[in-house]
Order: sequence, then C-alpha cells, then structure tokens
Amino acid sequence: MPTTPVPAPAVQVRIASKLYGSFAALKRVSCSFAAGGFHVLLGPNGAGKSTLLRVIAGLITPSAGTVTTLGGSPHNQRDRIAYMSHSPMLYDELSAMENLRYFSRLQHPGATCDCAGSPEMALRAVGLDPTLTRPVSQFSQGMRQRVSMARALVGDPELLLLDEPFSNMDSAGARELVQLLLDFRTWPLSGAAGGLTVIVTTHQYELVSDVADSVVEMRAGSVVTPRAAAA
Amino acid sequence: MTYLRTVWLHLRKDLRLEWRSRDAIAGMLFFTLLVTVVFAMAFDPTGFPTLARQMSGGLLWVGLLFAATTALNTSWERERRNQVLDAHRMSASPASALFLGKALANLIFVSVIELALAPVFTVFYNLHPLGEVRWLLLILPLGTWAIVVNGTFFAALGLSSRNRELMLPAVLFPISIPALLGVVQATTGVITGDFEPQLWIRMLLGFDVIFTTACILLFPTVLHAE
Repeated sequence: MPTTPVPAPAVQVRIASKLYGSFAALKRVSCSFAAGGFHVLLGPNGAGKSTLLRVIAGLITPSAGTVTTLGGSPHNQRDRIAYMSHSPMLYDELSAMENLRYFSRLQHPGATCDCAGSPEMALRAVGLDPTLTRPVSQFSQGMRQRVSMARALVGDPELLLLDEPFSNMDSAGARELVQLLLDFRTWPLSGAAGGLTVIVTTHQYELVSDVADSVVEMRAGSVVTPRAAAA
Repeated sequence: MTYLRTVWLHLRKDLRLEWRSRDAIAGMLFFTLLVTVVFAMAFDPTGFPTLARQMSGGLLWVGLLFAATTALNTSWERERRNQVLDAHRMSASPASALFLGKALANLIFVSVIELALAPVFTVFYNLHPLGEVRWLLLILPLGTWAIVVNGTFFAALGLSSRNRELMLPAVLFPISIPALLGVVQATTGVITGDFEPQLWIRMLLGFDVIFTTACILLFPTVLHAE
C-alpha cells in the first residue's frame, strides 16, 4: 500500500540547551515544527520561549544539542528566515517606506529592483499607506508593529519567527494582527512549496487557540507539552 | 559591485539619519568649539606665536578625538535602539559592509567638524602655518580615518557592555597612540615648519591600512557575538 510522504519539518530542535553562566535558559529542549504551519510557543515570562526562538533564528547558538532550520544550520539560511522581536526593529527617524526599502535591499543585496516582494506591496498587505512620509517614531504602537511585520515580509521569507508580537497591543489590535498572520500563510511571493511557516511566541493563548496548527508549551526552560492544537 | 552598493546603502542611511536628527554633529561641534575657546583663553596666542604653533596641532586633535568619541557612541546607539542590530544579524548582506558604511559616515561627520573648526582655530590661535599647508590635505583625512575606523570598531565591540560610554575611550585611546603621535607630529610639522611631515604621514598610512584590514576582517565576529 503506498504511503503519503511526510514533509520535512521546517524546524527541528534536538536536545538543545542554552546556558548563561550557571543559569539554564533552555534545558534539553526537543521539538519540531511542520513546514507551512502556524505554530505557537506558549508559556509564561521566563519560560525560555524567546531564547528558543532566537536559537531557531540563528541569533544565538545553543550550548548543547542541534537545531536544523529549513534543512540546514540557521546561520546559513538568513535569506530565508525573518525574525520580528517585540521591539519594532526599525529606524525611528525614517518613514515606513524608507525603512522597508533599506531592509529589502539588505535582504536581497544583488537585486537591481524591489520586485521580489516590493515594500509597497508589503505595506499595503499590512493595511498601511505607502505614501505616508512621517517618521515611524510618530506612529502608534499598532502601526509600528504593522510596519515591523511588513519589514519581516519584504524579504519574502519561508520561515517567519515572531517574538511576542501582541505585547503592548490592545485585544482588538492583537486580533487584527492574528488575522494578518493567517493571511500571510499564503503570502503569494513565498518560494516555499507549502507556504509560509509561522512560529509565534506568546503567553496569550486565547488569541491564537483557534488558529494554531500546533502548540508547544514551555515552562522554566523546558518543553512541557508538545501537542496538536484544538483547532 | 554588489558589496560597494551595500556599503553605499548603509552610508546613505546613516547620512539620512544624521541629517534628520543632527545628534552627532551638534554634539561634536559644541565640544570642539568649547575646547578651542577655553584653550585660547588659557594663554595668549598672539603674545606667544611660537608656543601657539607648537601647541595647536595637539590641541586640534585633542578636541577632535574627544568629539569623535561622542559621535561614535551615537552612531551605534541608533542600531541598538529598537533592536535594529538583530535585523542586521539576520541580514543576508555582508556584515563588513555595515561597518564600512558606518565608518565612512563617521569620517564625513568628523570632516564636517574639521571644516567648521578650521577658520575658528586659525582666528583664535592667530595661526600662520610656516610649513607646506598642502600636506594637511593628507594629514587630516588620514588622521581622522585612524580615529573613526578604530572608534567605529571598538564602539561596536562595547555594544553589549553596560559601561560602553566609558569603555570606548578606555580601549580606543591606548590603541590609537601611534596614530595620535603621527597625526600630531605631522600637523605640528606643517604649522611650525620645523620638520617635514612625510615620515609621520607614511606611518599614519601604514596604521590606517593595518587597522582598516583588521577591523573589516574581525567585524562579522563582533556583530554576531552573543
């Protein structure tokens, strides 16, 4: 009987630990995230979610264990991964378009045009007007988060890592952001066959419980329950 | 070509940020003018023209060095704010292009201060250089580059340090001693006309080549350090 081939996971973490001196931010963490899914890293403050996300992004190296991101070392996949922290990662003095053009050209240094996921398209996709000329420092928190999301998308990533994207947002803004994230799973420019893989860290499970494909719950640096979401 | 385009992208971004905030240039201008005026009041340059010539080279570079230190810290603070540095760490473009773009931007900022300071310095210290002034066209950019290339590198190195504002001068000044010696001696040689500055200029050039190469090679490690 023919068997359906199982797609390779977008991210595979095997017995990863991260030590800062004697403090263990991650303790022998093992988990995997399927390609093209919407995954949630859940846990209270200090659970190790952000550390695990930064390890997956290649921003920090685990003290022990291995991490495979998009089939290789995360350090070699920088042009395929986008990372968004709870800070907007934008220059306050520049406008949204100026920020996006700058980061787009950084992500595609050889490109002679903005055609691969244009900044205009990314800004419109997050519901912002590309003709806004005021600096992002004058934007509201919600607008800055949207620009930050557009910055992540403009690189046309295959893996989108979002660290506490709903912090500092009211519940209505957070729900709008969740809806945006769902729309981006089929971000039309993504080169990934299964669409964009999204991993979100949050402690507000109620925001994502209906839409998550899988949930990995963390506590005190360890994975407590990797489980399929209710949806 | 792609590499140079990326350097230009960073340089243009830093120039635009400075044009809109004027943080670095305003601070440097205030500091250098303060140093120039205070030292001019401390002794009478018109009464002791020889002494003024002998001291002015050193005074000029003391002012520029301390002023540049404030600009160097400011330039990396923009990257640290809002965690923009993480976006650079995640970027597919070469890390050394970020360093070169920033060092070139700092070179331009300090050069603007030098241009603004030159007439003020000449008037306050009643300077009439006795050597060949054309050498200053080499000495000023080479000396400025020596300060900014090391300063940009060590300011980046101290980014994760809590005492980064103190750490930068503590590390930068000892390492820059050969360059400072060369640039002060070369400037004094031009102003007093007592000796030819070529030997010191050659030393400055060597310092610049060695440290620029080392900083470009080491910067990716510094950027990606945890």
